[in-house]
Amino acid sequence: MGLFQRLFQSKEGKRKAEKYKIGMMKTRKGSLSSLKDILLNTKTINEDLFLKLEEIFIMADIGVDTVIEFIETLREAVKKEKIQKPIQLENIIVDKIFEMYLKDEILNTNIKYNNEGLTVILFVGVNGTGKTTSIGKLAHKIKNDGKTVMFAAGDTFRAGAINQLKIWGERVDVPVVSKDAGSDPSSVIFEAIKKAKEQDIDVLLIDTAGRLQNKVNLMNELNKINRIIKRETNDQSYETYLVIDATTGQNGLSQAKIFSEVTNVTGIILTKLDGTAKGGIVLAIRNKLGIPISFVGMGEKITDLEYFDIENYIYGLFADFFE
Amino acid sequence: MAFENLTSRFQMALRRITGKAKLSENDIDQMMREVRLSLLEADVNYKVVKEFTEEVKAQAYGEKILKGLNPGQQVVKIVNDELTKLMGETTEELIFNQSGITVILLVGLQGAGKTTTAGKLANFIREKNNKNPLLVAADIYRPAAIEQLQTVGSQLDIPVFEMGKTKPETIVKKSLEYAEINDFDLVIIDTAGRLHIDNDMMNEIKNIEKIAEPHEVLLTVDAMTGQDAVNVAKAFYDALSITGCILTKLDGDTRGGAALSIRKITNVPIKFSGTGEKLTEIEVFHPERMASRILGMGDIMSLVEKATAEIDEDEAMNMMEKMMSGKFNYNDLLKQMKMIKRMGKFSGLIKMIPGMSSMANMDKVDDKQLIYIEAVINSMTKDERKKPELLDRSSSRRNRVARGSGRSTTDVNRLISTLEKQKKMMLRFQNMDPSQMQNMSQGVLQPKQSRAMRRSKGKKKGGFR
Repeated sequence: MGLFQRLFQSKEGKRKAEKYKIGMMKTRKGSLSSLKDILLNTKTINEDLFLKLEEIFIMADIGVDTVIEFIETLREAVKKEKIQKPIQLENIIVDKIFEMYLKDEILNTNIKYNNEGLTVILFVGVNGTGKTTSIGKLAHKIKNDGKTVMFAAGDTFRAGAINQLKIWGERVDVPVVSKDAGSDPSSVIFEAIKKAKEQDIDVLLIDTAGRLQNKVNLMNELNKINRIIKRETNDQSYETYLVIDATTGQNGLSQAKIFSEVTNVTGIILTKLDGTAKGGIVLAIRNKLGIPISFVGMGEKITDLEYFDIENYIYGLFADFFE
Repeated sequence: MAFENLTSRFQMALRRITGKAKLSENDIDQMMREVRLSLLEADVNYKVVKEFTEEVKAQAYGEKILKGLNPGQQVVKIVNDELTKLMGETTEELIFNQSGITVILLVGLQGAGKTTTAGKLANFIREKNNKNPLLVAADIYRPAAIEQLQTVGSQLDIPVFEMGKTKPETIVKKSLEYAEINDFDLVIIDTAGRLHIDNDMMNEIKNIEKIAEPHEVLLTVDAMTGQDAVNVAKAFYDALSITGCILTKLDGDTRGGAALSIRKITNVPIKFSGTGEKLTEIEVFHPERMASRILGMGDIMSLVEKATAEIDEDEAMNMMEKMMSGKFNYNDLLKQMKMIKRMGKFSGLIKMIPGMSSMANMDKVDDKQLIYIEAVINSMTKDERKKPELLDRSSSRRNRVARGSGRSTTDVNRLISTLEKQKKMMLRFQNMDPSQMQNMSQGVLQPKQSRAMRRSKGKKKGGFR
């Protein structure tokens, strides 16, 4: 029995994983669920089977390079362990994805709170990925941990963005620091950090305007924002979350790469996982750039934001293995 | 700009075979492997890629091609033709209601850019087709969505119809009555983003479609979408009478393969593309141009169109003569820059030029540089502008110019050497025969680097392709 299957022996583990499955199962007719069929219906491990596997992984948006690398790992495993029956591959596939994600590290993606004072969390990403919504949901989570929260309306560009955050502020009962639309986001953020410190707030969540990573001027603006946060927090205790839409394809890699050149991205929030997209690009991001996933968004409700759990994620991808 | 990385991979694959006098089936296989990976990396749907490569291979294997003249170019032509076919061959126009109100319904996933697009589209049609548009705020779910549309509307001076959080069906119905009474002839309905698998929300949009009886139902799709684009497009296509697609955020560095997949799977044409954050940045989508852009032929058509619209022909000819004569001075450089500036952003333009897309770091071209150069030139005396050698000889002149323009002396020196380089380049062009020029534009300028890149990439990939 594989390492992975053991993890779902306990009822508790399975119950938690269900939520991922529900989010992702709506397309079980789709490619990944056909994995078991393919393994069962193929007699020998040959080139054809590897091609089919490649197709399955690419359809989940796991990057091309990463898939090719991964298939290579499978080939080696087949050779080394002298595997003959395709169905034996199922454990190997799951285990290898698991290893690829963990990379022999102990990942702790919980928010690193500053126990002595203010914790600042910066949200960055391209347009329309769900930064503002994620902030609202995360605030709800943090408040449930018994901490006080404040918002900074750093998206001064998009029409309606400030009000969108304010409405979230009302929903989760969190004060919002904002200035007029069109003002310098850095000044809003500077102001917010000052106020948060004065009012002994525990956690400040900073919204920023969506920006495409190839826009030099906008990335410079983000750089300035980052500098100010660094200075005002003495380069301590702040997290930067890159928000990525699960429907994003290969461009996710470019997003992760360039945003982490400008800011210190500590984790990814994978949003909209309740659709049919698998968000496999985050596996490629982890594989290539080492950035872990911190949270996943799986619905429109305020509670639909979960700590990312690789076991549950893989379970969601391969749920029919365990049925 | 979109499709860029895909373009460079294609160029590499093509370059490998274009020079060959004879092609073996092995050559074609090798090239198609490269083409296949390029397309997959560009997020083109796996199944679409499979069909495409098989189609091209089948044609390319044909006897005639392998033994005919210049086989490489013929394969290129097949790839190009098939890609063009895939993208759709003609530019698709919007359908207008000839007698009465034209209704356009915008639908799509969350965060695709519907609200921004609604504003852009209303403005675009108002300018081009002389219509009187009304925007309708039917997204009652996302916080501040109505306000966002109102802000967009007021920026463009286009009225927005809203009824707060009333049922969207009612809003749409009332908005049409309102449009009728107030003499609007174009109604653009902004709807809430919805997941294609959310039954309640899909039923809502079906009802809205029934009530609005739209002439156009446009699916708004993020150009960065991956393999899932096909599922989304298909679900919306099955539920509604989608008449077209708008590809947003195409100004990013995404390769935008989703466009190809959607077109192939649903046969719905892509009508517009969003190309920037400004409300004027929307373009009619030209599929045939996009296909040649993928192949690295550059979007010459767009460039020519822009140039003819903005630049006086005599002016351009004068400039050309000046440049060729080698008597190029700072006045000319300034004039040249002003011409370029009229055509739009420099960083956008340069990518339309064939071969330029393969040059390294074109993304980093900073439009501000043009402003700096202008500042430096403006700080020169009339004599200095006419006679570049004056600056060349005197460091005190250079220092003065630097102080006057607020730039560093390094910047001034850089400008001086740029002018020198340009002069030399122009002289070289003059002595060059046409075929050499073509080579240059195809990016043969830097074969060393690309060969090394090819080699290292080949190693990494291992044997499996």
